[in-house]
Amino acid sequence: MKNDSKFRVKSLAVIIFPVLLTAYCILFSASSAHAMHISEGILPLNWAALWSVIALPFVAYGLFRLKKVSSLALSIKPLVGLMAAVVFIISCMPVPVPTAGTCSHPCGTAISGILVGPSISVLVAAVALLIQALFLAHGGLSTWGANVISMGVMGSFAGFLTFKALRSMRVNMAVSGFMAGLLADWATYFTTSVELASGIRGDSPFLPLFWKILIAFVPAQLPLGIFEGAMTAGVVVLLYKKRPDLLVKMRVLKREEVI
Amino acid sequence: MKVESSKLKARSFGMILLLLTTFCILPPAFPAGERWSGVDESVIEKYAKEQGREAREPFINTDQGDLLLFVFLMAGAIGGFIAGYYWRKLTEKRVD
Repeated sequence: MKNDSKFRVKSLAVIIFPVLLTAYCILFSASSAHAMHISEGILPLNWAALWSVIALPFVAYGLFRLKKVSSLALSIKPLVGLMAAVVFIISCMPVPVPTAGTCSHPCGTAISGILVGPSISVLVAAVALLIQALFLAHGGLSTWGANVISMGVMGSFAGFLTFKALRSMRVNMAVSGFMAGLLADWATYFTTSVELASGIRGDSPFLPLFWKILIAFVPAQLPLGIFEGAMTAGVVVLLYKKRPDLLVKMRVLKREEVI
Repeated sequence: MKVESSKLKARSFGMILLLLTTFCILPPAFPAGERWSGVDESVIEKYAKEQGREAREPFINTDQGDLLLFVFLMAGAIGGFIAGYYWRKLTEKRVD
């Protein structure tokens, strides 16, 4: 009983914090929207094509997994629908980072990676990125593959694997969710730095340019990663409280962890 | 439980207040002229330009005047509606 109260109090903290922080960010966001994915034309065609070729099998496998899982459990469909909307909104939401004086966006792929699995999460991110590239001047069609790899593949797998590893070490769910969100965000921007440095370097050496870009991301992504961690923890804990059976079905939790 | 909860609320509020104050006081890492631009401009496009590459206009260019605000607002509203719809479906009605 006492443990239950403690859990409730901790969950409340995990939920209140990101909600208030989001409200703050929205209230103080007076600037116009800016894209944070790699824009159209930034990568040379051969690099853009290479990233698309690497991304396509992940997207195809995501589609295959979605068909397979949804034929086994009907309740996966609303969860995937929810995740698609969440990833789409989060990944085009410019959040002002006052310490950096710039705007950036969280990815949301840690949440979907944990809740629907990394393969379906890649598919969700790919669809969100395609819509953003087509209608929101956010990212680009030629750079779609590169953005899918950084946000979809790296974000989803980093979030999923971090969460699973921490849960297997019996780490609290909120902490595991927080770390998953944090590392997924940082992994995304690490990969963006790799893609950018390798694509635009020309004859320059790769490593100095890579470090320069990665370090330039730090003032914005360091605090934003913490924000994404809090958000991921909040959503996972909230869903655990509302539908623990669904988390068992999606293999996020073991049955004995719920009882 | 109620006492614990109100203590926690007060602590959370205090922490958030402290965090926001710190955020506002700390000097920004970018010059004033570039404030609140996206990292696409301040990082990605900046380094791409240094290496001789520039961003191209999108195929469907909605980045014109207030059109971008409109499409973002529509995207947020539609996305929010879909998220709310499925959240309700998940939490109120058991599908199987």
